[in-house]
Amino acid sequence: MKNLEKQFKLLRITIAISSALLLALLIILFTSSNPFQTMFDFLIGPLTTVRRMGNIVELMIPLLFTGVGVSIMYSAGQINMSGEGAFFLGGVAAAYVAVSFILPSGIHPILAIAAGGLVGAIISVIPALLYLRFNALPVVSSLMLNYVCFFLGLYVINYMILDPQAGYLASWEYPKSAILPRLFSVTRIHAGVFVAIALIILGYLFLMKSKWGYSIRMIGKNPNFAKYSGIKVGYYILLSQLLGGAIAGAGGAIEQLGIYNRFQYQRLSGHGFDGILVAILAGYNPKLIPLATFFLAYKRTGADIMSRTSDVPIELIFIIQAVIIVFVAAERFLEGWKHKRIVQRSKDALAAEEV
Amino acid sequence: MDIIISNILSPQFIYTILRVSTPLVFAAMAALVVRKSGIMCIAFEAMMLFAALGGVVGSAYTQNLFVGIVAGILSSVLIAVIFAYFVLVLKSNPVLTGLALNILGSGGTVFALFVLTGNKGTSSSLRSLRFPVVNIPIIEDIPVIGQIFSGHNSLTYVSLFTVLAVYILIYKTTLGLRIRSVGENPHAAESVGIKVVRTKVIALMIGGIIASFGGMYMSMGYLPFFTRDMVSGRGFIGIAAQNLGGGVPIYTLIAALFFGSADAISNVFQTLRIPAEFMQMLPYVVTIIGLMFVGSSNKDSKEKTKKIKEIKGETT
Repeated sequence: MKNLEKQFKLLRITIAISSALLLALLIILFTSSNPFQTMFDFLIGPLTTVRRMGNIVELMIPLLFTGVGVSIMYSAGQINMSGEGAFFLGGVAAAYVAVSFILPSGIHPILAIAAGGLVGAIISVIPALLYLRFNALPVVSSLMLNYVCFFLGLYVINYMILDPQAGYLASWEYPKSAILPRLFSVTRIHAGVFVAIALIILGYLFLMKSKWGYSIRMIGKNPNFAKYSGIKVGYYILLSQLLGGAIAGAGGAIEQLGIYNRFQYQRLSGHGFDGILVAILAGYNPKLIPLATFFLAYKRTGADIMSRTSDVPIELIFIIQAVIIVFVAAERFLEGWKHKRIVQRSKDALAAEEV
Repeated sequence: MDIIISNILSPQFIYTILRVSTPLVFAAMAALVVRKSGIMCIAFEAMMLFAALGGVVGSAYTQNLFVGIVAGILSSVLIAVIFAYFVLVLKSNPVLTGLALNILGSGGTVFALFVLTGNKGTSSSLRSLRFPVVNIPIIEDIPVIGQIFSGHNSLTYVSLFTVLAVYILIYKTTLGLRIRSVGENPHAAESVGIKVVRTKVIALMIGGIIASFGGMYMSMGYLPFFTRDMVSGRGFIGIAAQNLGGGVPIYTLIAALFFGSADAISNVFQTLRIPAEFMQMLPYVVTIIGLMFVGSSNKDSKEKTKKIKEIKGETT
């Protein structure tokens, strides 16, 4: 029975992804003047050069962080969207540490990333605190908080670390000592990838194999049951949001120090929301996050190539994402079919018993 | 400081409050109707964005304001119907569905804008129409009151009438009674023959229509064109206002005006030496603080019902 449940979940995700892709191809067919070349760029483009394959990995790194962060936050049943703000402000904090202090190269990035993680943790715990203390809806408060983070970040950039010579809103260039080393010459893949791999393993062990993770997941499934089993609900909710925010914030910091040479985001980067998509696709299981992230990064790279070589804008990717989320979240989707399968199985089992 | 005080006490300031609150009032009223039917919907952001673009495109291509309005309403209702289908029929998680639709609203409008105009930022190249400004005949000549209440965009007056209309709909009509009963106890409603899903779909569609005016106000009143992500959280602030108003239309209006004044104050303070970022942050900070009060008042009412039950001798 459990097997059927798993099969069914996989089928739902497959259908979600393929129907989203189908819709994307349909949209391309209607909007592009050269639809088949555009489709090729979109679907196969990322595999055509080493540089583009490198792009996929570059895009994956920050999403691994927000994906694991969101998985931990959502496992506790908190629909907390502050990962977006945590990622952004985490990046700002790292930029501030990178630009304002003179430190040796080994310590500088570590300190900057720690600052990013700390800021992220503070951000993401706020909606949980408001929920526990004042019963305020985390969805709304965390979304409002993202705007606060955005303007706070702009303030820090504008008034503390602005490079007036840059010609646009950007910080001073990061010193060499703060930048994460690049691994290959052709791509921008950086040392953050090792941190990300470690994070996936640790995140999996924490959430799926440890006592704390078990408590967090139980709260997410049924807070009342968890409470009556003697689990400190408030404590674990706060812990999960703190950890998730810290991971997202550290991810923002690593993205800054690995990919960019100065802070130059002009708006919220969207990594936090992408993290939600990744976490939903992976069923909040860190083990599956790399797979979900690869899919999203691949599509992103394809959409990016497409938007540069054709007349279809990159925003197509958002339409795909929306379709995937609604289908994966649709519990009753294919329910009739599933029901029939279960009945058929039970009948077979009964028939086998009678014989 | 004196300049600020005289600014805040001036009729122009109250005029500004009404002007910036208009989309919030629409969003809050839409949220109220939907909330009454017992649905947790956060997709107003997407509804408003789609309506903002739909209105601009419809009016630009036909040069007819009425067609623009119809296009705006339909774009918004489309989102409401998609939401209804997934949440009510396929039993999707409403928050995730709302989130997905908001992503669709943000990306889909930019996509459509680019395909139509070749520009990803604004629709200023389209010659779209605006809702007319209304000067109320006699009132406009009264000194202070005229400056405050006259000369607004027509949708600002519509938003105030919407509050009355929503009140009548919810409390004085059969449909309103059905919406409330479905929201409070769907099983009881079903047992007396009310079609639960249909009633909820209708509530969502009404919410979509109301929200669409909030969106169209943004692109055809507040600004004369569509810009990407121009709703920037107003749909969510509307939800917060509905929460703060406890689901009562007039209180919800007051809450929306309250959030609007935070926005207006931030406009006034921008002339000061205070960094603009802090001022732009203000409406959102005020909303978060507002949510704290809502939440604690919810707790109170829970305790009240508990006490009432105790008095009646029921044990829970």
